[in-house]
Amino acid sequence: MLYNEPSPLETKVLTRRFGLPNSATLKTYLDTEGYQGFLKAAKMTPEQIIDEVKVSNLRGRGGAGFPTGMKWSFVPRTSPKPKYIVVNGDESEPGTCKDRVLIENDPHQLIEGVLIAALSVDAHKGYVYIRGEYRYLIDIMDVAIADAYAAGWLGKNIQGTGFDFDLYTHTGAGAYECGEESALLESLEGKRGVPRIRPPFPAVSGAFQSPTILNNVETFCAVPSIIRDGGAAFAALGIPKAGGTKMTCLTGHVNKPGVYELRLGFPVKQMIEEVGGGIRNGKKLKAFVPGGSSCPVLTAAELEGATMDYDSMAQRKTMLGSGGVIIMDEDTCMVKAALRIMKFYAHESCGWCIPCREGTTWLRKILDRFHAGQGVRSDITLIGDLAKNMLGRTFCPLGDAAAMPTISIVEKFRQEFEDHLDGKPCPYEHAEHMVTV
Amino acid sequence: MADLVKLTIDGREVQAPPGTLVIDAAKTAGIEIPAFCYYEGFSLAAACRMCLVEVEKMPKMMTACTLPVAEGMVVKTDTPAVAAARKGTLEFLLTNHPLDCPVCDKGGECELQDMVFRYGAGESRYLETKIHTPEKQYSPVVFFDAPRCILCFRCIRACNEGMGVGALGVVFRGAVSEIAPNVGDHLECDECGACIDICPVGALTSGTYRYKTRPWEMTHVGTICTHCGDGCKTTLGTRNDRIIRGNNRDHSGINGEFLCVKGRYAFDFYDHGDRLQTPLARVNGKLEEVSWSQALEVVAKGFKKTLAGGGSFGVIGSNHTSNEENFYLQKFAREVLRTNHIDHHRTGDVVALVDALSGKTGTLATVSDLYERKAVLVLGADLALEHPLLSYQVRANFRHHQAHVYAISAGTVREDKYAVASVRVGTPAPPSDPSRFAHPQGEATAADYFGALEQLRDRLKAESELVVLFDDSFKGGDVHKLVEFGESLGIPVKYIALVDYSNSRGAIDMGLTPELLPGYKPSGQTGLTVDEMVAADLAALWVVGANPYKSGAARQAGFLVVQDMFLTETAALADVVLPAASAYEKNGTVTNVTGEVQRLKRAVNTMGAKPDLEIMGFIAREMGAAAALGPWLPDVVFEEIRKTVRGYEIPMPVIATGGAAHTTPVNGRVPVELRPDLVRSDHNGLFASGTLGRYSRVLHKVVESRLSR
Repeated sequence: MLYNEPSPLETKVLTRRFGLPNSATLKTYLDTEGYQGFLKAAKMTPEQIIDEVKVSNLRGRGGAGFPTGMKWSFVPRTSPKPKYIVVNGDESEPGTCKDRVLIENDPHQLIEGVLIAALSVDAHKGYVYIRGEYRYLIDIMDVAIADAYAAGWLGKNIQGTGFDFDLYTHTGAGAYECGEESALLESLEGKRGVPRIRPPFPAVSGAFQSPTILNNVETFCAVPSIIRDGGAAFAALGIPKAGGTKMTCLTGHVNKPGVYELRLGFPVKQMIEEVGGGIRNGKKLKAFVPGGSSCPVLTAAELEGATMDYDSMAQRKTMLGSGGVIIMDEDTCMVKAALRIMKFYAHESCGWCIPCREGTTWLRKILDRFHAGQGVRSDITLIGDLAKNMLGRTFCPLGDAAAMPTISIVEKFRQEFEDHLDGKPCPYEHAEHMVTV
Repeated sequence: MADLVKLTIDGREVQAPPGTLVIDAAKTAGIEIPAFCYYEGFSLAAACRMCLVEVEKMPKMMTACTLPVAEGMVVKTDTPAVAAARKGTLEFLLTNHPLDCPVCDKGGECELQDMVFRYGAGESRYLETKIHTPEKQYSPVVFFDAPRCILCFRCIRACNEGMGVGALGVVFRGAVSEIAPNVGDHLECDECGACIDICPVGALTSGTYRYKTRPWEMTHVGTICTHCGDGCKTTLGTRNDRIIRGNNRDHSGINGEFLCVKGRYAFDFYDHGDRLQTPLARVNGKLEEVSWSQALEVVAKGFKKTLAGGGSFGVIGSNHTSNEENFYLQKFAREVLRTNHIDHHRTGDVVALVDALSGKTGTLATVSDLYERKAVLVLGADLALEHPLLSYQVRANFRHHQAHVYAISAGTVREDKYAVASVRVGTPAPPSDPSRFAHPQGEATAADYFGALEQLRDRLKAESELVVLFDDSFKGGDVHKLVEFGESLGIPVKYIALVDYSNSRGAIDMGLTPELLPGYKPSGQTGLTVDEMVAADLAALWVVGANPYKSGAARQAGFLVVQDMFLTETAALADVVLPAASAYEKNGTVTNVTGEVQRLKRAVNTMGAKPDLEIMGFIAREMGAAAALGPWLPDVVFEEIRKTVRGYEIPMPVIATGGAAHTTPVNGRVPVELRPDLVRSDHNGLFASGTLGRYSRVLHKVVESRLSR
């Protein structure tokens, strides 16, 4: 099912089959060049496969943006231990809803991407970790996997290539932290979803203490096209050092919210106006989150000349992240936004390390009290202080993810905080807005 | 050995072996890097973030507890950024930590207090409400106060990794995470209290010690636990001559910081209401309280009368009196009472082992061998229940050195969890009727064991070295056969003959047997054994710290004198009962299961009871035999032991400073008749300890509260 009208400005590589009747079935997949990438890769050497992925400049699409080819090359293929492929389908970053449409509408593309990755590191077992809230997607994935087995695209001696591979789905149980790769592996192994001490990294010691490739759903979905049509073609769609397209989730106060596949380097202004149809009700843009709530927010002024890619966002001291764009209009209370974000992180903090579990909880309590009109002036500095006390000191990036947007909101919208002091009611209390707590 | 790695910490050059963590390397240079969750010996957590330090060329601060040293690394722990990080982390920790210091047991020995004192965050900026949950009791011994918990996870690792029990885990998430029992709503565990002692704050507290005192009001005395034969050093906190608590504060013993429920908590037998503090004498058929002079007079008169009449004396000694007392007692018996009817309840066949090891050196293992040697073979006993320290050492050896552990037993043992080979022999004891067999594991013959050993022969041969522990499943000639088996492996093998009680080994070493004098010299004479003395028509029987009439045998002896702490079945039959001091109330030395001698240090005084040595001395004086036996002071007697008992020529400073000295009995044949029929282990588990255990309220509470054994 599609949740929005496609945009003519999209570059449909991963979403090429979206909208076709029965797009999720094996028949449709095979009728549209499906599994051709795998058959080609089965005749390549592992080094050739990894090189092709490197040429494509594909970077991890989950949020961290690590070069995928390089990540795969870290796996010691000749290790006597079994190798694993693990798909990170724990999509929980607020604002992000792209992996679900990929799995829902084209699950075989994901399977093919996993198979190609498996060929590159001699892996014969894989797990698709899907967050527990996506119950219906697990069923869809299970059907796709069963169909693949039945037709000989999974299991022993796939299509006579001599390559064996088994794929399983695994359910998460409602924890954002399990999207962190080492916590995901802990959860996969049946333990509490708490991250691991790194090094060693999953490429060397991942699932069941064995070498593992762990990538986001979208990352794997890009791989069949890369192998089938060549890495250079994929790279050319984007910008130097960041190739291909990015599934972008336009959420918030736009006229046409939805998931759109845009070339990397797509201009932000054009994306909001033409793809998103502009801000609703003719309002003005106040704050822009480029890739999930973990990113520092940008003001409308800071968007001058910005493009949706890693470098442009880094220059503006934020990140491209997961591609979960959140657009907030002039009627948004930024204090409430900060509170909503902090509620999320305090709830999701795994509790392993002191700065994150205590810091997020403390910040949530301050912001709660502050937005209810009982803030004092020193709170405003305190919020920034505490967020900085979390930054860089936590066991995993969740602490940073909570701290960075908070710091950016306090710094860039300080006046709004001042406006909540002295028991004054929230100026936006009566305005129509989508930010609810 | 590989070259040392050179690095710089706070401008100082430090050298450390490769693989050393920065936090440990800093310690060697006298630089303290604070940490809550890091604990040497357990897995890394990197959870508390207190140990963050600056490292040149690394963009973020790194946790010193997970960072191995590298050549040329430059570490800074004294910068403003590091100070701010420590202060910030402590400030975060104190937001939900309750201001319980005035009522919290840990106050005064709390690591959080110490850290806040040193690294700041004394003033709070926190205006919100704190998360509060009521305190919970997880077991008779373990109380848990969630608000105080700093979630360092030491308790979980101590229980899971250290003890191999895994009773504690974490529930919920984020700031409302809580330490909780892994199964059900209470702990069914060893009740060892390791979680309480390792907790840096007052989150886990002791049910027996709560709210009793402040740590600085106590005097802490490190002495040797009086329960099983492992010989752990336990620290008794005393105030006004009462023992308030026991814990592992003194880490200097062979046990390091390990203690079991008995070592920590079962000292409480010492002030049980039934404890004897006044001598008793039988007047008109009934035991009545008399004074010491009256009691001693009766004893001396009775003994002198028997001597004069040429009557027979029997002497039954103890498994938990000190070496000095045992030495003095057998001397008293042999030289003054002129009898060789002297014995004690033997719990392991040490004599057969010493005989079998004739001609070999370095074949008796120490407690540290169990941690160092590459392979360990456990025969019969479930070590975790009967010898918890030995089990702890083996488990730590496996965890740290990947030692190969082998276990042969009739039932399941805790070693199964990490053994490379576990063999079941014979018939396991059914849980429904555990007392059906003499051995708690079940029924297995020596032949069964040797069959299993043959099965393991090839694997054992492939080891580079081996330590073999055996219980009373091996006695007499079977011990010789076992040593022959060990020889046939062609690798260095060390042995431990398991014995039950705190000085069981010392009792044999000091010649409390008819066939042996101190130091394994044959006495050259015959003599009655314990059971024979109970049944015989002796003119006089002197029982010290033993309860041979426990099973209700009728008294045959004409004159019965008993020295004990309680009115046992044996004491109830006596003509004179002399109240004795416990090991915690006297000085002296004891020898543990591996032959390591350590000194007892008196923790409290008694109100009327006297150390057994003093009692014997007073009897001797009353009989006019004091000059013959010499002073009844522990130091003096120990000097004599050092000079005359073979194997006890050990350096005095080691003992005097609270250390352990390994005694090595005679290396040569012990030409006496082997008596396997006399060897019978009591197989005390964690919650039983012979007579003493019966008077421990903590052990009772623990046993009563358990749903499963």
